[in-house]
Amino acid sequence: MSKMEKIVEGVIAGNIDRVAELTQELVDEGTKPSEIIKNGLVAGMDVVGGRFKKNEMFVPEVLIAAKAMHSGMDIVKPLLTEGESSSVGTVIMATVEGDLHDIGKNLVAMMLEGAGFEVVDLGVDIEADEFVEAVKEHQPDVVGLSALLTTTMPAMEETIKSLEEAGIRDQVKIMVGGAPVSEDFANEIGADGYAADGSTATDIAREFVS
Amino acid sequence: MIVIGELINTSREGLEEAVKNRDVEFIQDLAKKQEEAGADYIDVNCGTLIKEEVEAMEWLVNTVQEVVDVPLCIDSPNPKALEVGLEAHEGKALVNSITAEEERFAETLEILKEHDARVVALVMDDDGMPNGAEDRIRVGKKLIEDLMKAGIAEGDIFVDPIIQPIGTDQAVGEHILDAVEEITREYEEVHITCGLSNISHGLPQRQLLNRTFVTLAMSRGLDSAIIDPLDPKIMALVTAAETLLGNDQYCAGYIKAAKSGKLDV
Repeated sequence: MSKMEKIVEGVIAGNIDRVAELTQELVDEGTKPSEIIKNGLVAGMDVVGGRFKKNEMFVPEVLIAAKAMHSGMDIVKPLLTEGESSSVGTVIMATVEGDLHDIGKNLVAMMLEGAGFEVVDLGVDIEADEFVEAVKEHQPDVVGLSALLTTTMPAMEETIKSLEEAGIRDQVKIMVGGAPVSEDFANEIGADGYAADGSTATDIAREFVS
Repeated sequence: MIVIGELINTSREGLEEAVKNRDVEFIQDLAKKQEEAGADYIDVNCGTLIKEEVEAMEWLVNTVQEVVDVPLCIDSPNPKALEVGLEAHEGKALVNSITAEEERFAETLEILKEHDARVVALVMDDDGMPNGAEDRIRVGKKLIEDLMKAGIAEGDIFVDPIIQPIGTDQAVGEHILDAVEEITREYEEVHITCGLSNISHGLPQRQLLNRTFVTLAMSRGLDSAIIDPLDPKIMALVTAAETLLGNDQYCAGYIKAAKSGKLDV
């Protein structure tokens, strides 16, 4: 097994020290950092994402795999040359105004990071205007809106409207999620996608940036 | 143990359609089954209908109360839906829920005062979801004190310590159990309830974790839960735990359940 394959295996197994070690060895041997990311670290998390979706892996296993991936990322990221990016794309995530429930949002953010996205987590109870500011500042590919309460779901629509009014709606793809949210609701408010869980969110975000 | 039957909730598969179509037979059947299985409250939640929630709530309360004797648990974060549900309800309902978020607390309290109802108090405030045992105890006590000051009887308050997934934070089980014990110790008449299933989110064989957690929490003071009363295993476990915790004089409840076949699970 090549060292690259061992990194993939190490990420899947959540072997933090081993992934860091192997990454350092590859770097020392002259392998390009971007290659280590793509064919090792992110490739490992892709397998994890697939298994999670099929109920062959579970949340704590995904968490530890993501930690292993980051142990390698921390080594290669500073070595990237200008113009090279370690991330597949940038996603802004938050729960909408009035909603403080962040368990789901945190899980989705973790899965996206694991899949190689740069996640800007704005936190909870984020007003429409703050989303507008954040989109201007971070220039994300995707905006993820989360709501657990039926009473805060209208704030999702307001957020989308504010992005429209600011003239930046079409710069981003918007995905929505949360227990009471549905595909129909997503369509109704003009979102680009609905994700029922973290792995679906990852799939959708990948589609958006491809 | 005060069992709140959770099955009439439009976020469950098939339920949204049944409520939208005003399927009286389906809803009444589900309500009766839960009552027969031992539910002390029948929860009604139609939050996913959003704009039609208020009318649907009124219909649900009327439809369910036609066929059951136990009171209902009116379940919505929307004060309007709670109000309409309470208007329609006969007898003393349980309201699910109030929180310590300033605006929601004030609005929901108004409605509670107008109707004689019991209430589930979720331990979250404007700073968000609780973090650790301390947070849960602090917000829980604040809610109890503020509700009692407003004239709600101690025994009408059900504190919900907010269950978070053990899969993302392995300390959360202990935090919840410690909070349950502390609040129970300080306020003897206050009830503690919770929606159980969050504990097992993202893990395999979820039922096993849910059932084990309910017994662990009962040993620390949990005396109510929002569960599926048609799950005979969890109901048998609750019956056995009540007996072992000394809440079943002469083990009469246990023996009766055994004779009726309810423990053959």
